Amino acid sequence: MTVVVLMVVIIILALLVHIVPGDPARVFLGQRATPDLIARFRSSMDLDQPAYIQIARFLWRTLHGDLGVDLWTGRSLTDTIGDVLPHTIILAWTSLLLAVVVGIPLGVFSASHPDSWADRATAILSISFITIPNYVGGLIMLLVFAVQLKVLPAMGVGESGDPIDYIRHLVMPSVALAIPWVGYLARLVRTSLLEVFNADYIRSARAAGLKENLILYKYALKNALIPTMAVLGVGIGNLMGGAVFVEVIFNRPGMGTLIFNAIQMRNYPLVRAGVLIVALLFILANLLTDIVYTYLDPRIQMERK
Amino acid sequence: MESNLNRNSRIDNFLNRIPVLGDVLKRPLGVLGFTIVLGFALVVIFAPLIAPHSSDALDIPHKLEGPSSTYLLGTDHLGRDILSRLIYGSRIALGTAISAVGIALSLGLFLGLISGYLGGYIDNIILVILDSIQAFPAVILALAVLALLGPSLLNVILVIGLTWTPGYARVIRAQVLSIKENMYIEAERSLGASRKRVILIHILPNILAPLVILLAMDMPVVITFEAGLSFLGLGVPPPTPSWGAILSEGFRFIRNSPWPITWAGLTLMLTTLGFTLFGETLRDVLDPRFSGLWRA
Repeated sequence: MTVVVLMVVIIILALLVHIVPGDPARVFLGQRATPDLIARFRSSMDLDQPAYIQIARFLWRTLHGDLGVDLWTGRSLTDTIGDVLPHTIILAWTSLLLAVVVGIPLGVFSASHPDSWADRATAILSISFITIPNYVGGLIMLLVFAVQLKVLPAMGVGESGDPIDYIRHLVMPSVALAIPWVGYLARLVRTSLLEVFNADYIRSARAAGLKENLILYKYALKNALIPTMAVLGVGIGNLMGGAVFVEVIFNRPGMGTLIFNAIQMRNYPLVRAGVLIVALLFILANLLTDIVYTYLDPRIQMERK
Repeated sequence: MESNLNRNSRIDNFLNRIPVLGDVLKRPLGVLGFTIVLGFALVVIFAPLIAPHSSDALDIPHKLEGPSSTYLLGTDHLGRDILSRLIYGSRIALGTAISAVGIALSLGLFLGLISGYLGGYIDNIILVILDSIQAFPAVILALAVLALLGPSLLNVILVIGLTWTPGYARVIRAQVLSIKENMYIEAERSLGASRKRVILIHILPNILAPLVILLAMDMPVVITFEAGLSFLGLGVPPPTPSWGAILSEGFRFIRNSPWPITWAGLTLMLTTLGFTLFGETLRDVLDPRFSGLWRA
């Protein structure tokens, strides 16, 4: 199934350019449309070939890791993307890690004190977190910590080869991305934990006189975290998409700024290559989650026959 | 025993007649959510009456000022009243969200009903298409398509509608699959009912509750999504006062004035909070099996 989806994604991207109103070469090149450049643009995207050739060549080159050549700089797009991709991956994984490290304990705390004032406070906190879009969180942090207080750097990823500086530049973007996910994971973990608490085996454990903490951490949490695992795969894709906003806000190199700037410069081949890579990573993340998920919960395999 | 059963069913009937809204308003967070959503709706309807200024009246000498008695929330980089722009922007936010979700719902209904009811290879083809659309993170897909079509209100609505279609189609398909197994559907079919009749008269009404929940929960997500696209300059083009555009202009002048970002950000958060609380409470009320995640 994944392979079929992969093929369809590539076909969609190969043909998407045709939804542009008018001749793609002229629309994208605009003022710069010299006959020579138009010819190069057409041949680089095989626009002078029939649709099936466009698909076949795009597929062939993609499978060989060749995303094409930048029309203006002559640089390989694979290299251009390779330069910025690590920054986005680091950003997305840091955010996911933050969300997990803060969100899951919050949910556990909430579920182990159900209906207390602390539970209610956590509920309100998590719902508020969920309602902060990452770009709003990013802008407000930028305003407070970079513009007003001047305690954190506003732009870029820092000097190369200086890990402390890199981390200082990572703080605001990753927190902005993580905030809604902290709230979401806290709610999710609370729900699944409360559900597990109702299960017979937990009641037996309690009846047998096991300590609450042992029940919680050794028996309940393991099963309660399975649904959380399932959303993390979607989460990493969602975070890579959301990275567009915080990368633009904090002027960070990455897939988001790459695609965003390519759109501004009407460099469509670069947009397409960037989108393709993000989609591939997203598909990969979902596939991995599925595999881990079936491994963690063998019942799922049985349901699928 | 007999009378007891009777009484129970009468109570059930009575409970079923209580409007859903009444149940939502029994919960404190539901009241809060409903109040915010209602306030938002009133602002949208009465925008010209509430707004103290026009959304695009320039007052360059007073640009980037903080709150004052003339400009309650301050002014943007062209001296336009932020409050009035936010008020008119609510129309774009709600209008885009409703139209986009409407498109997603119609397309999703069409694909989901066909796919779930007919099954077979048609089902498989539709599933692959849905999966492929969902293989892109939503923002990235929207960016790629808008880069080609160019930013305009209509394009934004179409793109968001398309991006949200798979979600609806999947929920509807799953519902159809489970309902179609019921005896009464089989009975109806053996009596010779047409596919159209079974789908429209028997299946459609039964999937309404999950759809209402999904719609309510999607409103805030779509509103922030549209504002995000406008923030990136790929949404509704200026000078239309959309919330995302206010944020984006505020971002350009972030070192000169904190006000545009602060107010537009708060507006977005408050709206999202209202719709989220309302949607979650609605879900708790309409579908008790589903509850828990949000019960607060």
